[in-house]
Amino acid sequence: MNMTISGRVWKYGDDIDTDVIIPGKYLRTTDMQVFAEHALEGIDPDFSKQVRSGDIIVAGKNFGCGSSREQAPLALKYAGISCVVARSFARIFFRNAINVGLPIIEADITCQQGEICTVDLQQGKVHCGDRVGEGTKLPEFLQEILLDGGLVAHRKKQALK
Amino acid sequence: MTADNLTITEKIFSKASGKPVRSGEFVMASIDCAMTHDITGPLAVQGFQEIMKDKPEAKVWDPDKIVILFDHQVPADSLNAAQNHIMLRKFAAEQGITNYDVYEGVCHQVVPEKGWVKPGDLVVGSDSHTCAYGSLGAFSTGIGSTDMAAVLATGKLWFKVPQTIRFEVNGRLPDKVYSKDIILHLIGDVGADGAMYMAAEYGGEAIRALDISQRMTISNMAIEMGGKAGIIEADTTTGDYLKQRIPGFTLDPDWKSDEDCEYEQYHEYDISDLSPQVACPHNVDNVKSVEEVEGTHIDQVLVGSCTNGRFEDIKIVADIMGGEPVAKGVRLLVIPASRTEYMKVLRAGLVDQFMEAGAIVESPCCGPCMGGSFGLLGDGEVGLATSNRNFQGRQGSARAFVYLSSPATAAASALTGEITDPRKV
Repeated sequence: MNMTISGRVWKYGDDIDTDVIIPGKYLRTTDMQVFAEHALEGIDPDFSKQVRSGDIIVAGKNFGCGSSREQAPLALKYAGISCVVARSFARIFFRNAINVGLPIIEADITCQQGEICTVDLQQGKVHCGDRVGEGTKLPEFLQEILLDGGLVAHRKKQALK
Repeated sequence: MTADNLTITEKIFSKASGKPVRSGEFVMASIDCAMTHDITGPLAVQGFQEIMKDKPEAKVWDPDKIVILFDHQVPADSLNAAQNHIMLRKFAAEQGITNYDVYEGVCHQVVPEKGWVKPGDLVVGSDSHTCAYGSLGAFSTGIGSTDMAAVLATGKLWFKVPQTIRFEVNGRLPDKVYSKDIILHLIGDVGADGAMYMAAEYGGEAIRALDISQRMTISNMAIEMGGKAGIIEADTTTGDYLKQRIPGFTLDPDWKSDEDCEYEQYHEYDISDLSPQVACPHNVDNVKSVEEVEGTHIDQVLVGSCTNGRFEDIKIVADIMGGEPVAKGVRLLVIPASRTEYMKVLRAGLVDQFMEAGAIVESPCCGPCMGGSFGLLGDGEVGLATSNRNFQGRQGSARAFVYLSSPATAAASALTGEITDPRKV
């Protein structure tokens, strides 16, 4: 995985919760495509139809609050989202995103819907137009998990050492 | 433990990581108990099998410390759910893991009820309301399926030891006001991210006066303000509860925060004049006093869930409703949180009373709380629930509206068909 990511912005507000990201009624499967098809449908029915591979979500505070369902970051990842930038994350979502290999960064930056945004995970910076958001750099061991593509792949790699 | 001025959270992580640690430190901690269920369990087991791919006979780290429950989609409400149950039953049997099947009840009721948790434990569950076990003085927190896969394989997990936000709650609860009203009031006050990344710790005379059932309600909802845990220090009430469940249990007085420990935040309340509280759509921190929302039309009332589905909760509902019928046009669903709680409700004659009143009494399960099973709300409908979340689409349609309240407010409202102050019936 590349530690610098560029993509088109989907802009959302504060407290985007896991029921909105992927409603409970779709959790009875383990089919990632089903999660992707219904991602964010509660607040943005157009999202799954119009999202393109590599797009970035830029949101406000407390992104991913609510349930521990890992299907939430999985839905975004399989919908094509390459990174989530938010002012803050709910902690279970934060862990889950790293564990499933969905890059995330805490940063405060104003972007417009559709703008191109660039995230430097290693430096902890987000660029959008001429604006720079100073983000929180992930500790190195979490960067490593992300680089390996998530916790399962990371564990397997470690087991081989 | 030699150092003092520690929070109970720092003490628990020091024990679990085998060295003295303070908040802010990253640790690799040993888990005392791990819980998973029918919604998040399948991905956890898949993750475990993927990690162990090259070891076909691979065993979990310790089958005696793992519990698998079926509660979100029980009895199986779809073929997919049935397949998930088959897969988890097989895994539990092969690994020698305790498996509470479809009839036993909601994880957060059954796990403490069966004596899996004690003060000072580090508990993880692949469900966000795992913070409920903090009511017994444990550090207990929700994790995702992949974290759970790592726990199944190794019994260890990394943590950043959290700071603590202390809620000191004093005063005496007024009539018809309960612990649900306290926790909704706290969440409304600090907001949905007010305790983010922190361990919530509840104390004060009003908390100490609560029984375990009401404490569970308070700890359960720590996640609704972003809390990593929701701890209530163990006392004699806790000791009495655990002695009935854990043979030879004795209370260790050290599992509490030291007097000179460092709190990140400290909030004080006096709840002597607190009104019944209601969380309004579509956020749990959108909390109002019942007076402000009285008269709101409702289509369905849900009494149940890990938050308020115990005998004590259901008894409150029965007492307030008396022999009166459910209001015309309103659906009242009563779902005891576990088989044990159901039997208490049954033996007290309350099932008869509810059935006579026109309510629906379901077998123990999560029910409509997570919106994955039966009892859903349709477009434009309004539900009042004793559960813990009212996010958009949570209990069915994204165009439905969910209010949250205590069992008392739910009962009063079931009688009238609109949100009603329980002090007025």
